[in-house]
Amino acid sequence: MSIIEVKQLTKVFGHDTGRALPLLEQGWSKEKIAQEVKLTVGVNKAEFSIEEGEIFVIMGLSGSGKSTLVRLLNRLIEPTAGQVLFKGKDVVKMNAEQLRQFRRKNIGMVFQKFALFPHRTVLANAEYGLEVQGVEKETRTRRAMEALELVGLKGWENSRPDELSGGMQQRVGLARGLANDPDILLMDEAFSALDPLIRKDMQQELLELQSRVKKTIVFITHDLDEALRIGDRIALMKDGVIVQIGTPEEILIQPANKYVERFVEDVDLSKVLTASHVMRKPELVRPERGPRVALQLMRDSGVSSLYVVDKETKLQGVITAEDALLALKENKTILDVLRREIPRVTPDTLLNDLFELMSETHLPVAVVDESDRLKGIVIKGAVLSALAGNAVPEGGAN
Amino acid sequence: MDIPKLPLGRGVEWLENWLTTYFGPVFKFILNVISGMVEGIETILTVPPTLVLIVIIAALAYWIGKWRMALFAVIGLLLIDNLGLWNPSMQSLALVLTASILAVIIGVPIGILCAQSNGVKNTVTPILDFMQTMPAFVYLLPAVSFFSLGVVPGVIASIIFAIPPTIRLTNLGIRQVSSELVEAADAFGSTPTQKLIKLQLPIAMPTIMAGVNQTIMLSLSMVVISSMIGAQGVGALVYRAVSQAKTGAGFEAGIAIVIIAILLDRLTQNALKPKKR
Repeated sequence: MSIIEVKQLTKVFGHDTGRALPLLEQGWSKEKIAQEVKLTVGVNKAEFSIEEGEIFVIMGLSGSGKSTLVRLLNRLIEPTAGQVLFKGKDVVKMNAEQLRQFRRKNIGMVFQKFALFPHRTVLANAEYGLEVQGVEKETRTRRAMEALELVGLKGWENSRPDELSGGMQQRVGLARGLANDPDILLMDEAFSALDPLIRKDMQQELLELQSRVKKTIVFITHDLDEALRIGDRIALMKDGVIVQIGTPEEILIQPANKYVERFVEDVDLSKVLTASHVMRKPELVRPERGPRVALQLMRDSGVSSLYVVDKETKLQGVITAEDALLALKENKTILDVLRREIPRVTPDTLLNDLFELMSETHLPVAVVDESDRLKGIVIKGAVLSALAGNAVPEGGAN
Repeated sequence: MDIPKLPLGRGVEWLENWLTTYFGPVFKFILNVISGMVEGIETILTVPPTLVLIVIIAALAYWIGKWRMALFAVIGLLLIDNLGLWNPSMQSLALVLTASILAVIIGVPIGILCAQSNGVKNTVTPILDFMQTMPAFVYLLPAVSFFSLGVVPGVIASIIFAIPPTIRLTNLGIRQVSSELVEAADAFGSTPTQKLIKLQLPIAMPTIMAGVNQTIMLSLSMVVISSMIGAQGVGALVYRAVSQAKTGAGFEAGIAIVIIAILLDRLTQNALKPKKR
C-alpha cells in the first residue's frame, strides 16, 4: 500500500492565491500566470504516490518547485489546494496539534544546510525530536545514541556541530531525523552542500542504511547522477509540474518528452546501464547433444562458439568450433572439451565495470543470476553501441 | 490662516489628573514594590562591611572575566571607599539595579512579542522612539505627580529611558535566528513555546545581553537626573556640586559613577561569553 498519496497538490505564492486555481485548471502556464496575474506557481497539480520502503527522488533544476513540493508534504509550506494522504489520512486537513503529532512521530526531515542547533551538542541535536515529544531523558539519550551509532558518529556525541566537518554534520542531521524513528524521512538536497567525494560516500551509506532501517525516503536533488544512483523511482519536475515519474531506467531509456531527453542526454550511461540492458540471447547447447550437433548449430546460426547449459539452464561453460572439431576427431564428449573458465557477471553489473572484464577476454561475457542460470551474453559491440547513444539492442532489457 | 493652538499640553495635564484620581491605588502598589526593591538591594549592598563586599565583587569579577577585571574592581571600589562615597554609590547602584532588573523583566517579554508579531512590532517601535527621544526631564514631572518625590519616580524615569534597547535587541536577536533553524524546529513538531525556549532564546542570548548591557548603562546615566527629584546617592552629590560650582567634589562623585559604570559594563558584557583565562 502507498504510504503517501499526493493528489492535485498545488502551491501558489502571492496574495489571494485562489485566483490562480481556475487558471491552472484551464492549463495556463506558470509563466503566463506570473505575467498576467502576478502570482508565482510553486507546485502545479502534483500527483504521485510513494510506496512504503522506497527511495523516492524528486529531481529538478533550481526553481522547479522541488523544495516547495517536499515542504508541502509536512506542511512547512501550506498547500493552496490538493491532498496529501498519509496512510489514508489527509495531512492538509489536520489541525495544529494533529500536525505536530504527525511531524513528531511520522515524518522526519534532513536539510540542505544541515540546520543543526549550534548551541546544542551532537547528542542534544539528535535528541531534539524526542525531547519535544516529552520522551524522558534516559530513553531519548539511548535512542539518540543508537541513531548516532547508526550513522557512524559514536564518540562524537559531546562535540558541538561547528567542530565537525560538513559530512559529519550531515550525519548528525541524519541521526536527528532518524532518532524518533519516523515512517518517512524527507531529505531536502541533503548532500548538495558536501564536496563530491564525500557526497558519493554519503549516498552509498544512505543506501546501506536504508537496507537496514527500511525507511521510506523522499529525496530531493538537482543532481541527476545522484538521483539515478539512489532512487528506486524518480519524479522529474519542471516549472512546478511533474514531467515524468519512473525508475531510473525508464527515465533514461524512455524519456517522456524533449525536456527529460535533454536533461538525461549528458548522463554517463556507463554508470547507469547494466549488463541486463545490453545482453543478448546466447546460442545454447545441452552437453548430451554431442559435438556433432554443436558444430551443426554453430554453422546454422553463424557463430563460432556455443554456451553449454544443463537442464536448469545453469551455465556449464563454452564450446568453440575448434574444440568441437577436436572432440569429434578424438571421440570425446562436449563435457570433455568444455571451457569452464569463462567470465561471468550478474545482470545488475554496471557497464563501467564490464569494460575491464571485456578487455581481458576475447569471449563474450556471460550474464548469470545468483544460482548461475544463464540469462544472456554481452558482446563488445553491444556495450560500445549502448554507450554511443540510446541504441540498446532489441530484446535486450527484459 | 488662524488655526488656534491645539490644547495638547492641557490634554496631557488632564490625563495626568485623571490617572492620579482613578489609578491612585495602582500607583501606590507600584510605589511600594519599587521602593521595597530599592531598599532591599541597598540593604544588601550597605549592611555587610565594605571590605567584605569588595572581596565578593572582585571574586565575581574574577569568575566572570579574568584577573585584570578583578584587580580593577578592587582598586576602583577601594578608591570609592577612600573618597567617602561608598554609601551614596551603593544607593545609586541600588537604583540602577532596580531599574535595570525591572526593565529586563518587562522588556524581554515585550521584545519576544515584537519578534512573534509584526503588528506588535509596528506598534511598539514608534513608542520606543518616543521614549528615547523625549527629553528625560519631561517624564520626570508626571512620574513625580504619580509617585511623589524620592527614588521611585527616578526608577520609573530610568526604566522608561533605558528599556528600549532591551526590547529592540530581544526582538532583533530572535528575528535573526536563521529561518532554516526555525524550520528545522518546526519540522520536528515543536510547539511555539518549545521553539522559543529551546532554540530562539538561547541563540538570541548574546544579542539580548547586548541590549541588557545598554539598558544598564542608560539607567546609570539617569542617576544625576533622578537626583533632581529627590533620589539619594552619588548622583545627588554630582547635582549638588554642579549647583554649588564645586569642581573637586563634582569630579570625585563623577569618578565614582565612572568606576561603577565600567564594572557593570564589563561584568554584563562578559557574563555570557565563553570563559578564557
